[in-house]
Amino acid sequence: MRVFGRLSQEQIVFGLAVLLCIGFAAALPGFLTASNILNLVRSVSILGILGVAMGLVVIGRGIDLSLVALMAISVAWTLQLAVGGMPMGQALLLGLGFCLLVGLLNGFLIAYVEIPAIFATLAMGTAVYGFGRYFLFSLDIVYMPKDAVALEWLGQGTLFGVPAPIYMFALVSFLAFLFLRYTQSGRYVRAVGDNLLAARIAGVPARPIILLQYMISSVIGFLAGLVTAASVASMNVRVANSTLVYDVILVVVLGGIGLSGGKGGIRNVIVGTLLIGVLLNGMTIMDIQYTVQNVIKGAILLAAIVIDTILNPRDEQTAQQGDI
Amino acid sequence: MRRTKTTILAAALAATAGVAGAQEGIDDPTRGAYYEAFEGKTVAFLPVAMGIDLTEGWAAGMKEALEPLGVTIEIRDPNFNTAAGAQALTSLISEKPDAIVVHNPDVQSYARLLKKAQDAGIYVVQVNMRSAFSTDAFVGADYVGMGRQIGERLVEICSPDNGKSGKIAITQGVLTAAASIYQMKGINDVLQEHPEIQLVSNQAADWDATKAKNIAATVIQQHPDLCAITGFWDVMDVGTAAAIKESGKDVYLMTQGGGNQATCDAIESGQFDESVVYNVPGQARDISDMIKLLFQNEPEPGAMQTTLFTQLEFLTRDNMEPGSCWKLPGQ
Repeated sequence: MRVFGRLSQEQIVFGLAVLLCIGFAAALPGFLTASNILNLVRSVSILGILGVAMGLVVIGRGIDLSLVALMAISVAWTLQLAVGGMPMGQALLLGLGFCLLVGLLNGFLIAYVEIPAIFATLAMGTAVYGFGRYFLFSLDIVYMPKDAVALEWLGQGTLFGVPAPIYMFALVSFLAFLFLRYTQSGRYVRAVGDNLLAARIAGVPARPIILLQYMISSVIGFLAGLVTAASVASMNVRVANSTLVYDVILVVVLGGIGLSGGKGGIRNVIVGTLLIGVLLNGMTIMDIQYTVQNVIKGAILLAAIVIDTILNPRDEQTAQQGDI
Repeated sequence: MRRTKTTILAAALAATAGVAGAQEGIDDPTRGAYYEAFEGKTVAFLPVAMGIDLTEGWAAGMKEALEPLGVTIEIRDPNFNTAAGAQALTSLISEKPDAIVVHNPDVQSYARLLKKAQDAGIYVVQVNMRSAFSTDAFVGADYVGMGRQIGERLVEICSPDNGKSGKIAITQGVLTAAASIYQMKGINDVLQEHPEIQLVSNQAADWDATKAKNIAATVIQQHPDLCAITGFWDVMDVGTAAAIKESGKDVYLMTQGGGNQATCDAIESGQFDESVVYNVPGQARDISDMIKLLFQNEPEPGAMQTTLFTQLEFLTRDNMEPGSCWKLPGQ
């Protein structure tokens, strides 16, 4: 038990993913081929990119429920502008600007007005969706303009046989890792997440750091949206009403980034994403019915959390105020 | 003699006057009643959600046909939320519009409320997706028949007799939607008669293109000799098309939908091979005509139940013409 006791949630989840991999590889011919593994990672890379954005915010002891709505609306607006004849570069800049503005607003509400992040971003997500649907475009689905070949590569292209979304996931993860590990602001994010008051007393500009963290998450969200739109040649803003944002939180929490903040890193997001990817891929190959898939997915996730609670029990030292 | 002359003259004058009267035109006897039947009436439209080509198309068509007659059209948008839809229906029953046009999210949710609406004296027209409870009218595709036709078409395309593998895959939307349940019945009926056709994957993608793409990518990679995929909605199947394109395989993609211009563009560019189209402007006209019929004849709500199945069109690049698809205003 001692040996197990030292296992972190990240290692448990990684172990589960490896176990599942071995099981599927033995049972399903064609699972352990290079092309299927690439396909597996590609299918979850958008989830992973969003996971990195959410992970950064959660490490800073926040949560961004407006992430998916903002991604959908900003990218759909960009495409709408481009379809209407605006040069792609300009449309992209406007979309990005919109994202930054909403991120700033989120951060402002949380850092200065001191609204709890969960309420501020929940309301912001709804507001952004409504604003977009009412003022920016009228249809739920916006198609890519036909001449946006360069943008399409982001979602459908390959380089050395590896699909482009995987590169995007790798790039975003790497940059976020560098940010957290080597920049001053990155270390401040972790400090603020771990203990806001102590960080402030120590001289960390806590409020500007919170602003920064929501702006970064919006920008990563915008990028994830571009990859989504490029990979299916359209943006369906209805994704804002789907459970995607909870899947993203799941990936983050499952990987071992505690919602109480300050803990974990980008590696946790990658591990969480891989477990979901292996599960989805294996179940699709087995042609398991959709509703049953959800039951299995839920059961395995619960199992991961239960194992973690048994092996790493909470006590007064590890439990923090604000833990959800 | 003089008298006769006068009479003849008078008769001639009268005859000329009659001719003159005919030149001025006479009134159509049904006109007044026709316009009177619509004056001040209200029709409420409760779609699954606005913002998609189907519901926007129906709303535009109904407005075009009914508003000039003085009918007010009210739209309630529950935005894919069945509970909000049921609430909207409940409040509509107490507001008592003259007719409700309803687009059911599934076969069960609205069934009791639709009965209540009819009992309250409101005409109920259902569009495209049927509820378990039948009301005054249903306008939409015959999904069981459509499933059969799609099944037969897949057999034709993929039969090993034609040198194909016989492997097909299906991407449904939401399992409980009328469009999915009825169509699966039709497709299964056909597949049972054709054991040489193998259904290798039958998954639901929640009407979402990204999910459809991931499913298709896995299925194609697992069955490289897959012959065809059929999806239940063109908007979702854009994702399937992207997966086929990325795999570089020759998989026949058969989709379906309301026949918006986006579909024709996708067939033109080779994303879709074939689309089964239920013409939305045609359906909007059917809905409006049913309402006109009900308002003019004023039967007891629920007394007569009419089904108008929409004619289906199988669009391919070969039979597609410039006017085959329709556009929304401003599209």
